[in-house]
Amino acid sequence: MKRRDFIQKTAAGSALVLGGLSLSSFTTEPAKKITILHTNDVHSHIDPFPADDPRNPNMGGVARRATLIESIRQENENVLLLDAGDIFQGTPYFNYYGGELEFKLMSMLKYDLATLGNHDFDNGIDGFYAQLPHAQFDFVSANYDFKNTLLDGIVKPYKVFVKNGIKIGVFGLGIELAGLVDQRLYKETVYNDPVEVAKNITKTLKQEEKCDLVICLSHIGFAYRNNPDKVCDITLAQKTRHIDLIIGGHTHTFLSKPHIEKNLDGEEVVINQVGCYGLNLGQIDFYFENGSKTFNGRTIVV
Amino acid sequence: MAFHKKYNTPAGWFVLFLTFSSLLSCSSNKLYNSKIEGKKISITSDYKDDSKIEAFIAPYRNHINKDLDSVLAYCPETLDKSQGKWQTTIGNLLADVTFEKADKLLQQRENKHLDVCLLNHGGIRAIIPKGDVTTRTAYEIMPFENSLIVAALKGTEIKEIAQYLIAGKKPHPLSGMQVYIDSNNNIKNITVKGKPVVDSQTYYVATSDYLYNGGDNMNFFKKSTATYDMDYKLRNLLIDYFKETDTLPVITTQRIITE
Repeated sequence: MKRRDFIQKTAAGSALVLGGLSLSSFTTEPAKKITILHTNDVHSHIDPFPADDPRNPNMGGVARRATLIESIRQENENVLLLDAGDIFQGTPYFNYYGGELEFKLMSMLKYDLATLGNHDFDNGIDGFYAQLPHAQFDFVSANYDFKNTLLDGIVKPYKVFVKNGIKIGVFGLGIELAGLVDQRLYKETVYNDPVEVAKNITKTLKQEEKCDLVICLSHIGFAYRNNPDKVCDITLAQKTRHIDLIIGGHTHTFLSKPHIEKNLDGEEVVINQVGCYGLNLGQIDFYFENGSKTFNGRTIVV
Repeated sequence: MAFHKKYNTPAGWFVLFLTFSSLLSCSSNKLYNSKIEGKKISITSDYKDDSKIEAFIAPYRNHINKDLDSVLAYCPETLDKSQGKWQTTIGNLLADVTFEKADKLLQQRENKHLDVCLLNHGGIRAIIPKGDVTTRTAYEIMPFENSLIVAALKGTEIKEIAQYLIAGKKPHPLSGMQVYIDSNNNIKNITVKGKPVVDSQTYYVATSDYLYNGGDNMNFFKKSTATYDMDYKLRNLLIDYFKETDTLPVITTQRIITE
């Protein structure tokens, strides 16, 4: 802390000497805040659960989620709204309309980006493709190779957002489809190892795209107690670098608070997953200040 | 760089050095992530409906509701797949109902009798709550468009099914077959319709097309010697059963039996 004070004072001194070239503008700039809102495994749950539901009475519902998100947008200028997959399948809305209503509502709520879950293949690659005109947001997946499918060139590995001067790179990861989804549905989609893909893509996001923040939208699952060798968000965090936040899905994990892991460099990775069925909304706020992390470290409040 | 000359050399370099380093940090590293705050917000009735969203959903909902909300049967107690180690009341019901319907169809079409029904625990997507059972209930339990398949398997594959069930430790819906295990989960005996399994004998096993095609790694179905596609969606099978039934039975008979 003392060292930082010293540098700030000296920098101000040199600014004074330089006169016209004002450095004070960035030394006094207020902190910036980026708000990430997220859902996962909503599974076509558009209406709230009924009041007499034994497990989730009167919980969830898109119209309420819209109100909550709007109230957060009122207070926060720089919001990204993300979904970690399995948008489809779970209520008759999907069986009757094939995902049209899900995509239309997510567009009305101004979702920015999503990744594909295994159930998003439930009406086949063709069924997913057919609903895309209703989605005014993009899909990303870095480890599904869609080269020989309809989604070639449509689903990109990652997307970079710039919010208030902060560059945010978001990439997607999907679960192994063989044994989980009928091959007639996912067709020639090729699954690649999430950890290997993440290593490459995070390097691109950090070094080429120069992202300040790297987020993974993951549908690979939080952890597998009965199958510890299966790749999951925990191992993904541990075996990679540069990821700040993993927004998870698939395992319908209700984390009471975001989980923190250490990556290969010993830096913290925040992992969050908010269960399923639109019962919860996750909110992760990133604050940015002037200076350097090596001098000041990072506080995580969960 | 005229200002350079205003200073004696050592002091000038000092200032320049600092200026350079602060300029550098300004261009490439001026901001750093100092703090992260995270939380989960439960979506309760405290949040009022967004009226625009609600109005948009309404016509879709009304159309579906008209179709779904007629009462078909009554459920005397909540049937839940998370209650039970080796079998659950909802799994037993699904397996037994599917067995019965598949057996009838197989007899009509192929003049054969069914021996076993095996579905998957993961395929049960909701509970059956105590109270009225509707078409909607069937949609909630089985949202997937899976259909009924009957596979002809040899006794050796029936034994593989038993091993799969015991190793996986999941209460997959099972009917027609019993697996006896000891307290260390060693298989002691396997019977089909009460008789010991014969390796070379053909058994007719009802399942879903999803599992038949390798879903949940049920690879024994790949060794089927014959397959009969019943062209009957499992959800429609369940809806038909609800229509014929007044009160759902709560079935607790054991299929995997610890001795």
